[in-house]
Amino acid sequence: MARTLTSFVGEAEQAAPEAAPSPIRKFLTARGSGSLADKTFAGLMLLCGFSIFGIVLFILAVLISQSKLSLHQFGLSFFKSTAWDPVAGDFGALPFIAGTLMTSFLALAMAVPLAMGVAIFLSELCPAKLRAPISFVTELLAAIPSVVYGLWAFFVLVPIMRDQLGPFLSKYLGWTGLFEGYNFGVGILTASIILAIMILPIISSITRDIMIAVPISQREAVLALGATRWEMIRTGVLRNARIGIVGAVILGLGRALGETMAVTMVIGNHPEVAKSLFAPGYTLASVLANEFSEASGDLYLSSLVEIGLVLFLVTIVVNGIARGLVWAVTRGTPARAN
Amino acid sequence: MSTNPLHVSPPARDNGALPPSAKRASTWASLNSVRRYLVNQLVTVLAVMSTVVVIVPLVAILVYLIYMGASSLNLAFFTHIPAPVGETGGGMANAMVGSGVILGVASLLGIPVGIGAGVYLAEFGRGSLLAAAIRFTADVLNGVPSIVMGIAAWVLLVKGRGFSALAGGVALAIMMVPTITRTTEEMLATVPHAIREAALGLGVPKWRTVLSVSLKTASPGIITGCMLAFARVAGETAPLLFTAFGNQFWSFKLTEPIAALPLQIYAYAISPYDEWHRLAWAGSLVLIAMIMVAVTLVRIYASRGVLKGAS
Repeated sequence: MARTLTSFVGEAEQAAPEAAPSPIRKFLTARGSGSLADKTFAGLMLLCGFSIFGIVLFILAVLISQSKLSLHQFGLSFFKSTAWDPVAGDFGALPFIAGTLMTSFLALAMAVPLAMGVAIFLSELCPAKLRAPISFVTELLAAIPSVVYGLWAFFVLVPIMRDQLGPFLSKYLGWTGLFEGYNFGVGILTASIILAIMILPIISSITRDIMIAVPISQREAVLALGATRWEMIRTGVLRNARIGIVGAVILGLGRALGETMAVTMVIGNHPEVAKSLFAPGYTLASVLANEFSEASGDLYLSSLVEIGLVLFLVTIVVNGIARGLVWAVTRGTPARAN
Repeated sequence: MSTNPLHVSPPARDNGALPPSAKRASTWASLNSVRRYLVNQLVTVLAVMSTVVVIVPLVAILVYLIYMGASSLNLAFFTHIPAPVGETGGGMANAMVGSGVILGVASLLGIPVGIGAGVYLAEFGRGSLLAAAIRFTADVLNGVPSIVMGIAAWVLLVKGRGFSALAGGVALAIMMVPTITRTTEEMLATVPHAIREAALGLGVPKWRTVLSVSLKTASPGIITGCMLAFARVAGETAPLLFTAFGNQFWSFKLTEPIAALPLQIYAYAISPYDEWHRLAWAGSLVLIAMIMVAVTLVRIYASRGVLKGAS
């Protein structure tokens, strides 16, 4: 469109080869119709687009340059050492990595089956009248800030964990060895539960979107062969949507890995690789939240920044994979408002 | 897809949805259809139950928060600054103003850049590899933990200078950009091409077309997208911990530590005083009310459709 316009203008100019610009041309130029204005605007917008690359590269550069000291001092042993001693200047990230992985995967183990159930209900079984209110509620819950979930967990979930759920688990599942030791109420399990609650809305809503993106004809074909509704969902919907569902789960994992405030408030903040789920732990994000503003000494600070670097790289990779998978499935379907 | 979705177990002509009263089938086939019928019912029950199991506690959290917040909220909360330890009363007036200052800085920095990037994706780079790369990077940046943004802002503005409201604003602005970029792009994509062509056909330059036609037509959607991003960062605590830092007193300077509502909620929640716990609940309610209004508005606009009748 733009090209035809410029070529038209070009022809008009050739038709009237005057040395001085015509009044019409002057008028247009004064109103910003010159090619300079257009190019400037396009350049400015491109610059804004590039700023997104800029932000990512800037964060990466900052994290690497600020953690040089610790990268140099500890090398790879940073990831194997369980020491966290600011006084002696000995730092290792293993307890934080272990805590982050344990809480995130426990949260996924609790959230994914439930989220699948919710997604199946919302996309296949739900009466049309209920669909809008339920997705509205999940949207609202996804918007509640982390610190508010933390507040709730701190005052409601922790006492329940300490007085009811904890004793129940150690009584009936104590033989597994997972529920040993003193139950403080705060710890790995409590953090995992609040994480599961927080990532449920995102996993279930993305999974629902992906299941809706499966063409109706797939469902009709399977039903026409005499399948029950579950067989239809399993062979017609879930099998087609599986890549996208994996993507949704990985997105949830990315969220869980980086969740900071709610976890910090209930995990107990103790740098140790826990064997029991009742034991207090620590995550990558919560050690940053607790210690970064008070860190004294270059090595201490540098070690904390390196933890930030680990967190950044892991979430970039996890989210990159997840986005790729989700795109592979929903590409081509129109963006849905709800 | 690669696998055949039409693959169904052999006795497919036996209608599994029928109750076991289908007597004419052989015993084996009828047993199988009973199994299929029961599995179907079981899965239906499981799906409904998991929805209930999820929705009920989530709603309970919401109701509990509203109840605790409403019973703790009073006028002093909105007009006073925090009382010293041991005294009752006090409020979070300075924290609310502080949040406003930080969010104002974040919006001033983040919204123009985000909209600009969205305009590039939708109007200039559509279909290009570069646009796809930017879009992907924005989505990935969206998932980066907020505390990492805090470290970036700390290095940029706090290190060697001290905590400041500006640093908090920058950290939140970085978080707003990818969200706004993606919603702006999606909203611009809904603007019918004929409107742009009409403007260009009248001799309006491209930049003018984008500003006065495309952006204007999509503006309700873009504004709600900005509100969504705003609501998202309004509740962020982690990136403010070591940028804005918090403050017990009034502060309006961009170069000094400033209080923020989420920071204050966090500090009060982990404190040992009941009076401060009360204020934390009240603060949470105010924060959630703000976010709910934004999300509801977005919802209304999204369901109404930005361009109903225009296309």
